[in-house]
Amino acid sequence: MNASSSAPAAVPVLEIRRLTKVFGGLRAVGDFNLEVQKGALDGLIGPNGAGKTTVFNMISGLYAPTEGAILLNGEPTVGLEPYEITNMGVGRTFQNIRLFQNLTVLDNVRIAYHPHAGYSLADGLTRNGRFSANEHELTERAQDFLAIFGLDRVQNELAKNLPYGEQRRVEIARALASNPKLLLLDEPAAGMNPNEISRLMEYIHFIRDRFSLTILLIEHQMRLVMNICERLTVMDFGQVIARGTPREIQDNPQVIEAYLGRGAIGRAGVIRKDI
Amino acid sequence: MNFVYLATSALKIVALLAYLYALLWVLGRKQLWAKIVGVVAAFGVVQLAMTPIGGLRIFNDFDSGLLYQACTMSMVAMGLNLIYGFNGQFSLGQWGFYGVGAYAAADITYRWVDGDARGLLVAGIGVALGGLMILGVNRFVNRFKGMPVLSQFTLYLLGAILAGWVAVVIGNALNPLLAPLLEEGGPLAGYIPQQIVFFLAVVIAGVFTAELSFLFGLPVLTLGSDYFGIATLGFAIIVYTLMNNSDTILPFPEMKGGRGMIGIPQYTTWFWAFLFLLVVIVVMRNLIYSSTGRAIMAVREDETAAKAMGINVAQNKLLAFVIGSLFAGLGGAIYAHYIGFLSPGAFTFLLGFNPMIIVVFGGLGSMTGTLTASFGWIFFLEGLLRVILSQLGTDAPTWRFVLYPIALLLLMLLKPAGLLGNVEWGFFKKPVFVRVRGAGGVAPAPAGAAGEGGQP
Repeated sequence: MNASSSAPAAVPVLEIRRLTKVFGGLRAVGDFNLEVQKGALDGLIGPNGAGKTTVFNMISGLYAPTEGAILLNGEPTVGLEPYEITNMGVGRTFQNIRLFQNLTVLDNVRIAYHPHAGYSLADGLTRNGRFSANEHELTERAQDFLAIFGLDRVQNELAKNLPYGEQRRVEIARALASNPKLLLLDEPAAGMNPNEISRLMEYIHFIRDRFSLTILLIEHQMRLVMNICERLTVMDFGQVIARGTPREIQDNPQVIEAYLGRGAIGRAGVIRKDI
Repeated sequence: MNFVYLATSALKIVALLAYLYALLWVLGRKQLWAKIVGVVAAFGVVQLAMTPIGGLRIFNDFDSGLLYQACTMSMVAMGLNLIYGFNGQFSLGQWGFYGVGAYAAADITYRWVDGDARGLLVAGIGVALGGLMILGVNRFVNRFKGMPVLSQFTLYLLGAILAGWVAVVIGNALNPLLAPLLEEGGPLAGYIPQQIVFFLAVVIAGVFTAELSFLFGLPVLTLGSDYFGIATLGFAIIVYTLMNNSDTILPFPEMKGGRGMIGIPQYTTWFWAFLFLLVVIVVMRNLIYSSTGRAIMAVREDETAAKAMGINVAQNKLLAFVIGSLFAGLGGAIYAHYIGFLSPGAFTFLLGFNPMIIVVFGGLGSMTGTLTASFGWIFFLEGLLRVILSQLGTDAPTWRFVLYPIALLLLMLLKPAGLLGNVEWGFFKKPVFVRVRGAGGVAPAPAGAAGEGGQP
């Protein structure tokens, strides 16, 4: 363990203490600790099956932890429903894109506004003034939002008809539309070529500044991780094996052994000797 | 063969489709007066066709019977489309809820014309108390985070039993007060009170069905989609069995169990059928094109992503299920008062596949498709084919059950998205959104983020 212990000045946006998840006999995540400060752009890396996505699923409430605590701005979230956690300010994207395929791009974003739609079911059924005003307002907001991401031209396309790169962008836009304070990106660069990854890096910086976000991301593309992340946490077999800045991680022998592979820095993909 | 008859029948079906198109078109107009004029005209045209003028009726009894059946089938299928097509929950229980609605409404009016107001009193009070109970228990349950769904269900069930018992006690106490008024020539025995009671009976039957579906759906909707389908099949079978034994297991001797309930007053007119169909159409469309409707569709598309978008998946599933069942209950109530005779045989789960086929045939998630497929189904299968085939011999009408599966197979092969796919007509079209605000004031992302022309 190489846990650094810099004392936080304020309450961290995300604090995870002794998080454990056991599936049957498999200890997917064991004794996982993490702190993410406000405004940070941190990375979670590790070989396939290390338990990174499981951690994300526990943060967003899709899995109930076996043990441990998750605090969002100091408030415990374990035991809450996923939608409640989302409404506390956690947005996320998925490793395999999970758009609402048969709905339009605009509707995908408008769905994220549902918890704050501003009108009730009864207003919607009777089409009263409150419905018209709020529906109009949230549609314009969604369109403005899509315009920021250059997606306004495809707003009436079904999500499934978009090219892969645009689907990724829609997914990020949708996650941002739910107005999160903490954004979890699960392998945002999966399936992208080096060119697209460069754009994605710019893009991640842009959204962090524009929406004053705290971002935690999982990624295998070392170029992206090493260039944009401020702090990294490395996992293997459900355990944290290293923490630190990208520079420190690159030189950490344990990490090189488990994950990066000797001389593999900068190369895409995973090189493991033990599989 | 009687070609003239055939030709007029075919013409009627074409006219019917044109009629549905026109109805949806006029409902989709912006101006309120245009909608009102259109609806009145749509009602009037059919009413006129049913009225004999100079000894000639365009719609004979057989045709108008088909029309009522088409209206009720539309309501049931619309409800199922909400549950299955829009919310993605494969339900085989729709026919059971249809039956519940039919029997509940029939019992109220049957007792009323029999001089017994208990049906109306008990059902009305029970439904009202049940609704209050659900709201109250819901508030109570919400105060406890993470209460298991079966514990919630137990509370609701106890509440429902209590509400039902109180309703029976109050109903029995009030009945002697009303009974004298119901006697022959009494102030509540006339035509107008009967029509009001019929209206109330339909509404009460619908709400009762909705409350029942809430109780049933609460625990069962937590199952995955396929398991949910089997559980709803179980519900349909339970309802069928209870109908068959309604005079022995259930305390309803007037339902006469498997022998069938006869003598239900035939109150259904084109006015009532049209009115309730219109309500279903409007509610359905307004629901789908609202934020809640989008949430319901998000649950169908991807439950996990819906959860991550802050949508309460369990609540939205329950909502779609309850509203879908409400439609089925209304449809059943209208059907019971058209046919005048309810037999459990009409509510076997096998017939419950009919609305399922209609929904798939018309296109999952297409409201226009469901509406036209319901009308087409009744008029084509029950009407035209029976007429055509009966020209060929007495046994020939049975062949329609060979012809329509072949048509279904061909459709699934050639057009798996359903007859109309995603096409919606008029009123059912997605509202076109016109921006008021200009596009200005939006700072675009860096060129790279916009996806084109970004530097490498």
